[in-house]
Amino acid sequence: MRTDTAKVETSSPRKTVWRFVMDLRVQALTTWVLLAIAVTLDAILQPTFFTLYSITSNFATFVPLVLVAIAQTIVVVGGGLDLSLGAVVALSSVLAVTIMGGRGDRIGLGFLVAVGAGAACGLANGLIVSVVRLQPLIATLATASIFSGLTLVVLPKPGGNVPAVMTEAYRMAVAGIPVSVLAVVVAVALWLLLTRTKLMRHIYAVGGDPAAAYASLVPVTRVRTASYVLAGAFSGLAAMALLANSGSGDPFVGADIALNSIAAVVVGGVALRGGRGGAIGAVVGAIVLAIASNVLFFFNVPTTYRQLANGLVIISALALSVLSPGKGAKR
Amino acid sequence: MSTISAFTSLRWRKVATNPIVIVSIIAVALVLVGQLVSPGFAAYGQVINMLRVASFLGVIAIGQTIVILSGGEGIDLSVGKVATFAAIIGSRIMDGRDANIVVGVVVPLVIAVILGLVNGLGIIYLRIPPFVMTLGMMGVVQGLMLAYTGGTAAGRAAPALTNLVNGRVLFSIPGALFIWLLLGVVITGLLRRTRLGWDLYAVGSNRTAANLSGISVKRTVLGAYVMSSMFAGLGGLLLLGYTESVFLDLADQYTLPSVAAVVVGGTLISGGIGGYVGTAVGAIVLTVLESLLTTLNMPNASRIIVDGVVLLLLLAIYGRQKRLRA
Repeated sequence: MRTDTAKVETSSPRKTVWRFVMDLRVQALTTWVLLAIAVTLDAILQPTFFTLYSITSNFATFVPLVLVAIAQTIVVVGGGLDLSLGAVVALSSVLAVTIMGGRGDRIGLGFLVAVGAGAACGLANGLIVSVVRLQPLIATLATASIFSGLTLVVLPKPGGNVPAVMTEAYRMAVAGIPVSVLAVVVAVALWLLLTRTKLMRHIYAVGGDPAAAYASLVPVTRVRTASYVLAGAFSGLAAMALLANSGSGDPFVGADIALNSIAAVVVGGVALRGGRGGAIGAVVGAIVLAIASNVLFFFNVPTTYRQLANGLVIISALALSVLSPGKGAKR
Repeated sequence: MSTISAFTSLRWRKVATNPIVIVSIIAVALVLVGQLVSPGFAAYGQVINMLRVASFLGVIAIGQTIVILSGGEGIDLSVGKVATFAAIIGSRIMDGRDANIVVGVVVPLVIAVILGLVNGLGIIYLRIPPFVMTLGMMGVVQGLMLAYTGGTAAGRAAPALTNLVNGRVLFSIPGALFIWLLLGVVITGLLRRTRLGWDLYAVGSNRTAANLSGISVKRTVLGAYVMSSMFAGLGGLLLLGYTESVFLDLADQYTLPSVAAVVVGGTLISGGIGGYVGTAVGAIVLTVLESLLTTLNMPNASRIIVDGVVLLLLLAIYGRQKRLRA
């Protein structure tokens, strides 16, 4: 079985492989250029940008979006889409914060609950999309409504305490490297590990051409479901990072996450029609967006205008990435 | 003889599987269930009241219907925010005075049209997928709203607008229902009887074919998004007349139900097939269901859940995609 898949992969024409690689390069280039611009701007505006303290606090706010960006990448690469990730993050976080109840000895349990709840939500999404065969966009819009409702049932108002150990550890540094930076590194490592698996190769195959994947004995239904489950699990991790950063639970936390994760994925050069791109790009995209809102802060944009400026940044980033060469926005 | 009965049974089956018929039956059944659970639910005044509440969703869903009909994964996720924004601008301008009503209606609608134009331009010329563009627009409108209001809603609906929406005109039916009926008839006529409507269906079912037949696909799609925002704005203004004062998330929760109403009404999510009558009936069903849940003392959270479940169920009934192995 394993040798079979390997054969299929190597037997594809050289030219297509080359074009595929070039496409990735061009896309990645735009993303990295955007990152360079964002970092330079931020470094000019914020002189303390490269100090340990500001790196720690900057990355502390990046981590949740980075994790959700990876989650969205997995689904999008598989040819799907998940608008419910924000609601999944909210639901996982309120469940975890309620279970932990501020007790340091229950952090492990909190992680288990958050990731488990995320994966369960993902399983629901996956089954609805792959077995019931509903359009991912509308199906996840509907499940987002369900998950937000459940979130409000668990925790109607912002509140609940995150164990102090967790919030403190999140702000610490291990061997000079901030924990929040390590979290991003670990997230990327998890993704790289994932790309080595057969499942992730199958997800790429299904996203690229479901019919061809089906004909090549890829269990399409199961792979699609798995992509949503993985995304849910990553969102559960994002929920824990969010809790560690904010210190308390908030049922309305997921509002912007769906849009931001999709923006990160698009900026990161992942083709929305599936099969192309990777989470590294999306992670960089997430960081670009986060730094951009940082820059707005240091531009002294008045608070009431900040959200507008943020929205405009996201729209222009989307337009820029879609317009840049080699992008797969055309149908 | 047998051919005739076969013919009639075929016709019956066609009627029985028509989404509009199914949904109408569900609506009536829900009202009857409501009457059983809490007597008085099906009283004339109560039904009229439910229909009035449905009219706001119905008007907002006009635009959603048009956008979804235009195909190309068309969807407008910004309708809720646009409706809220229109209501906020309207209430500021009107400020409770009838003298300002014309400006207070025209300005919000013009702004809504501009927002729709931006949506359409982004989707057509920047080739941003509709859901991404309108989701982004949602964020921008939220920002505009904060910038415009500074975080607090102010102003008040003009009494004339409130009278128009809430005032009983005939058989103690409020004006909002007549406006909705009028708009429904106009839109259905527009979709079925004019060149504009036919272009929309053609573009929705097959863009290449429409283009080859000399239809301007770009203009049609652009028009669809402009109409969507405009009707969202109009819905927001009607809602303003109903509630008299605004709050910052007045119509935000209308986005999902607007999509749901379209889907419930049997319009194909991939575009090209469907119409507004179904959407209108869909809006009524969703509103009756909400009232029923309110009567049953369900908390707000479970109503959000039910909204999602209903959409999923109805999609599962007639919105399923093809099998991979046909």
